[in-house]
Amino acid sequence: MESVGNIILYFIIALAIIVFSVLAVTTRKILRSATYLLFVLFATALVYFQLDFEFLGAVQIAVYAGGILVLFVFAIMLTQKPGKEAEPLTSQKRVMGISAAVAGVAVCSYALFSYGQFCAQKLLPAGDYSIEQIGKALLNSDKFGLLLPFEAVSVLLLACIIGGVVVARRR
Amino acid sequence: MYLVPSLIMFGCGIYGFITRKNMIAILISLELMLNSVDINFAVFNRYLFPNQMDGMFFALFAIAIAAAETAIALAIVINVFRIAKKVDINQISKLKF
Repeated sequence: MESVGNIILYFIIALAIIVFSVLAVTTRKILRSATYLLFVLFATALVYFQLDFEFLGAVQIAVYAGGILVLFVFAIMLTQKPGKEAEPLTSQKRVMGISAAVAGVAVCSYALFSYGQFCAQKLLPAGDYSIEQIGKALLNSDKFGLLLPFEAVSVLLLACIIGGVVVARRR
Repeated sequence: MYLVPSLIMFGCGIYGFITRKNMIAILISLELMLNSVDINFAVFNRYLFPNQMDGMFFALFAIAIAAAETAIALAIVINVFRIAKKVDINQISKLKF
């Protein structure tokens, strides 16, 4: 957060995230909603690149923008006629949603701004986030190693594949 | 600094999750919420403990699990649509057809 370019980039990213996430939940056409979600995911990847987590940003683009968004678009195309608009909201539901969201945001922003010095904190110099360190940490079985969750996620993905096939199969 | 857009993203997710009727739109709101949590993990890791990578690994595993969850949820949505021909949650009132 030192140079002027970083600050300008911060404001661009923050503005993109805010505008596109508001649009993604308020637009009436669902395919547009998915497209705005794509922009939010790209802005999130930019946040990761700004924080020096290059691998995490690459994973975000590859998995979310490349995989999940395509799934969403397929599901939308399979279940909806293109150009169909959602029916307008009832005011009671809108009031309920806005009050729940505002209450949650108010509590969290109170907690955030009561620690205001954290918001203005300078970015410390980055540690070693190279791909070599990531691989060593992921496949390490000592005290701080992450081999067990890594293997658990692989089993979870296998279960997800089988579950997806079983659920979506025509019987 | 990045916690502010993440907070607003989470609020949008809550609003969409409550007000939307289409199941796929509800899933999109859910993705927004999961994303903001991932940003928080990365930001807290980078600002408080820049020499460790634990928050980044949390975000990494959260992305993997969110991908699995979305795939299963969309499979369920398509299956429900094939049986009931609807995806709106106020029209689907039966668990078994």
